[in-house]
Amino acid sequence: MTALWAILLRDMRIAVRIGGGALMGVLFFLAVVTLIPFAIGPDQALLRKIGPAILWLGALLASLLGLDRLFAADHEDGALDLILMGAAPLELTVAAKGLAHWITTGLPLVLAVPVLGLLLDLDALAIGAVALTLLAGTPALTFIGMIGAALAVALRRGGLLLPVLVLPLTVPVLIFGVSAAETAVIGPVTFGTPFLILCALTLMSLVIGPFAAAATLRQGLD
Amino acid sequence: MALIDLANPTRFLNFAERVLPWLVAATLFAFAIGLEQALFVAPDDYQQGATVKIMFLHVPCAWLGMFCWGLMTVAALGTLVWRHPLADVAAKAAAPIGAAFTFLCLFTGSMWGRPMWGTYWQWDARLTSVLVLFIMYLGLIALWRSVEDPGRAGRAAAVLTLVGAVNLPIIKFSVDWWNTLHQPASVFRIGGPTIDKSILVPLFAMAIAFTLLFLTLHLAAMRNEILRRRVRSMQMLRVFADEDMRQIESRA
Repeated sequence: MTALWAILLRDMRIAVRIGGGALMGVLFFLAVVTLIPFAIGPDQALLRKIGPAILWLGALLASLLGLDRLFAADHEDGALDLILMGAAPLELTVAAKGLAHWITTGLPLVLAVPVLGLLLDLDALAIGAVALTLLAGTPALTFIGMIGAALAVALRRGGLLLPVLVLPLTVPVLIFGVSAAETAVIGPVTFGTPFLILCALTLMSLVIGPFAAAATLRQGLD
Repeated sequence: MALIDLANPTRFLNFAERVLPWLVAATLFAFAIGLEQALFVAPDDYQQGATVKIMFLHVPCAWLGMFCWGLMTVAALGTLVWRHPLADVAAKAAAPIGAAFTFLCLFTGSMWGRPMWGTYWQWDARLTSVLVLFIMYLGLIALWRSVEDPGRAGRAAAVLTLVGAVNLPIIKFSVDWWNTLHQPASVFRIGGPTIDKSILVPLFAMAIAFTLLFLTLHLAAMRNEILRRRVRSMQMLRVFADEDMRQIESRA
């Protein structure tokens, strides 16, 4: 337990120091959301309508940004080999690293939603809905992406490959995240239905992600 | 002959050499019957007219696109759990064939959708999930193509194949979970098929023919992959041998 706690704290500390790139995702999120009105024109009604979808898409792309560093940095300085040899189960260690990654990159995206939502002229209800669905959904993005990050390290290349492998797997999360955020505003079904499925997807990825990533790391680095 | 006996690539090549001609003959025979049934025996639909014939291509392709990922999932377990030496050859050989069938399924579907639904494409649950399947096939092929060492690539691909298998039940049940454009399951469902026998029999004949075609292509592709790996290791041996000779000469 202490080992996992130590890894969690260490990863968070590294992320906020120079070269860590914890807030890079938020900057990218801001850039993507700013670009959209340039592309489709500053039509307030249209932006309000597709706002939740834009925010979800921006968060999805932003969560991909730092993923390749999740294991690569540890692989480069040799820490990953120590983690592999450590007494703590690799699945749990990997999950702790994923949690640290989510706290430093996923959570800031959720916190940025109120500001970005104002840019898209969303009302308070819609902003709340998007923030809540992102809070429930971004862990799934991190833990699914973790599989791609492990593959990228095991294959010693993957900067380009990672998004191609990860994005198809995130489609269900995107679908239910956006539909939950939209039903909160316009209906027709209750907010609960898609939101509960989103939570289920997150719980599933919390299990599948660490196991698949740990298996990949064990297979790839021997 | 048990599955483990085929772990020896030379034995597998002998087996493939013996079985392939029979498979080719069986495929041709099955297609002769299936096409005759589908084109001449099966009646036109009272609403759709002759376009219903597209179904005899579309449905077998869809089945095989999913069946192929299922086969790759079993092969992935073979790679990771049992370390069967031919399992990742089987998976690697299956991926392009599965991608081709999935593409044909999407293509024939949109050709059929244009006259019947009035659109080539709709973001319907089943269409979308099959498109995701197609993209995942391409991602897997890209993964195999980006790593030189076949063993390493095979193990990484096996993990991804297992994770991607989550999509299969989503495709199968998408028509029941989301009631959108694509029709619900009508062949394999609780309570028996809802298709008339005059169409169902030709459909099964075509499905058997396509499955035989898949097995033929897959066996041939596995044989090619084994030969390709042998060529690769021979080339590497030759490079090393040349290098040794050069060192000996330089010393002498």
